[in-house]
Amino acid sequence: MDRIPILRMGEFLLVTIQVDMHDQLALQLQDDLTRAIEKRAAKGVLIDISALEMVDSFIGRMIADISGMARILDARTVLVGMQPAVAITLVELGLSLPGVATALNVERGMVLLRRALTESSDDDRFIKR
Amino acid sequence: MASKANLMSVLESQRQNILAGWLQHLEQASASSKGRLSTADLKNQATEFLTILASTAQKHDIGDVGTEGWQPVRVFLDDLSRQRVIAGFSSDETATFIFSLKRPVFEALKQEAGSDVEKFAQETWAATELLDKLGLHTVKAFQMSREEVIGRQQLELLELSTPVVKLWDGILALPMIGTLDSARTQIVMESLLQKIIETESQIAIIDITGVPTVDTLVAQHLLKTVTAIRLMGADCIISGVRPQIAQTIVHLGVDLLGVTTKANLADALALALKRSGISFTKH
Repeated sequence: MDRIPILRMGEFLLVTIQVDMHDQLALQLQDDLTRAIEKRAAKGVLIDISALEMVDSFIGRMIADISGMARILDARTVLVGMQPAVAITLVELGLSLPGVATALNVERGMVLLRRALTESSDDDRFIKR
Repeated sequence: MASKANLMSVLESQRQNILAGWLQHLEQASASSKGRLSTADLKNQATEFLTILASTAQKHDIGDVGTEGWQPVRVFLDDLSRQRVIAGFSSDETATFIFSLKRPVFEALKQEAGSDVEKFAQETWAATELLDKLGLHTVKAFQMSREEVIGRQQLELLELSTPVVKLWDGILALPMIGTLDSARTQIVMESLLQKIIETESQIAIIDITGVPTVDTLVAQHLLKTVTAIRLMGADCIISGVRPQIAQTIVHLGVDLLGVTTKANLADALALALKRSGISFTKH
């Protein structure tokens, strides 16, 4: 069975969805990603969906879920490269993905993740004090 | 059918008389529309129509012009109506083309019937029915052509009224003008999102100075657009909110809390520049 690869880049995990998602693949990704975050102690997850041209409510919810799960595991999620058609579909489905950070491309997504990381490490210091 | 044979024979035998009488009426009727249609064109059209009508009516039932056999006549009238729409004729001027045929036909029938009043009445009735149906068809075709023109204009207007402009590197603006409905918002939204992808812009400003009224539906559309822009990873500012619109939005109970709004485009641009880390100094 095909899987979506999860790449490691320093403290971050990089997921590029390059095939059309079906439900089983999405569930598999959810499973793999949460394991990977735990195993690598990742601080951020970047999901690139620039090649994704179609979404349904299930995939939309799965994206929101992954972000929520990552947050619990102390990793930030940034969703990058969403296509206009996908954005419109999600909005029409009523899935505005609150709490999920978004960026136009991978580069900007990385900047966002790094910034979030420095901010959160500031928080830690504050708590320790 | 006796009436069929008679009307047809009249159309055949007295075609020249009918055509002459008809043309006379047509010219009288079209005196006001001089210049839009030349007498020669009118004559050609009339001659062609009579030929088609005579040949069709000979072969097919004149009681029902909706059948397959009447196709050539209908096509001719459709074309005629379309030409007249484009030339700027009114619907009654177009319908007169058919209705003014009545009189010459009646006269021809009268001559043919002679003293047989009963027969003349029957013939007249059959001819009236046929010409009325054709006349109504002409009006219908005229209206449909009109609607086509209106539809096309609406589409053109739609394209014209949604320009996405680049204000600065990474800052797009969309000045909206006119009433927003679902179809327009959809197109506006798509073109804006597409442009964001193309230019990799971080901030989009939607200026609603030219939007006359905002109701719940329009507010809903705006919110959807803002959400879609956020999902793609860009920010959105709504500018040009006029006092009345601000009042309406609050009265409607629409929650615009998650959306940055500014009173005018200048403020929105200033904020966008600030967010992009660009500053100006005055010398």
